Amino acid sequence: MELIASKIIFWVLALVIVTFSVLTVTSRRILRAATCLLFVLIATAGIYVLLDYHFLAAVQITVYAGGILVLYVFSILLTSQAGEKTDPVKRNKVIAGTAVSLAGILLCVWIIFRNGFNVVKTVSGGEIDMRTIGEALMGTGKFQYILPFEAISIFLLACVVGGIMIARKR
Amino acid sequence: MNVPMEYYLIMSTVMFFAGIYGFITRRNLIAVLISLELILNAADINFMVFNRFLYPEAMEGMFFTLFTIGISAGETAVAIAIIINIYRNLKHIQAEDLNQLKY
Repeated sequence: MELIASKIIFWVLALVIVTFSVLTVTSRRILRAATCLLFVLIATAGIYVLLDYHFLAAVQITVYAGGILVLYVFSILLTSQAGEKTDPVKRNKVIAGTAVSLAGILLCVWIIFRNGFNVVKTVSGGEIDMRTIGEALMGTGKFQYILPFEAISIFLLACVVGGIMIARKR
Repeated sequence: MNVPMEYYLIMSTVMFFAGIYGFITRRNLIAVLISLELILNAADINFMVFNRFLYPEAMEGMFFTLFTIGISAGETAVAIAIIINIYRNLKHIQAEDLNQLKY
């Protein structure tokens, strides 16, 4: 029963992701594109839950759906009038984009099915508990991540300072 | 884990190339950034799927995704600051018309 449920959940999430990611890039109203992106990001968090990475799903929802999307909506409202539609895309650009995308999808699907991954059959897995994540994030040993953690903290500080410097009123 | 790994990969492939399509066809800078988010997100899904299905006892994919989310947040913030500054100076954000590199 549980197996069927997870299958159904996967198909629903995959359908949502595919549909809304296509709508995100084809919608002519930019605010609507941002809303479609929100659905894609939430469905991605659902995929993470389905793969038993609960911590990462929480991070995805708080940072992406909660933070970045709000930033997008604010900047869209700041830089365009309400109800404004973008100009229709030029025909040769549509042809070029569709050709590149379809060729890429075909190539990737061909590689995926030809490659033959040796998937681990007995997936023990399950959820990683928070103590393990925290110790890996804060440790200095092998397979531990204190250095990238500190680097990203400096990076985010630089982003805060740079964002304020660039966007402030003079 | 009863859905085959290939289905996850196909889903993220479609998402990635939707992002590529938007990156090529869009003219509005914010729409280009939104397409970029799709591309990053598809790469994140791939990291997680490979981590879960091929090396379920390791955590490298999860930490790569964690740091990718952080870096894309910073990148979005700075890019939107630049876009707002461009809009304030030039009154539009159409990518093809931004050909003057003046203050």
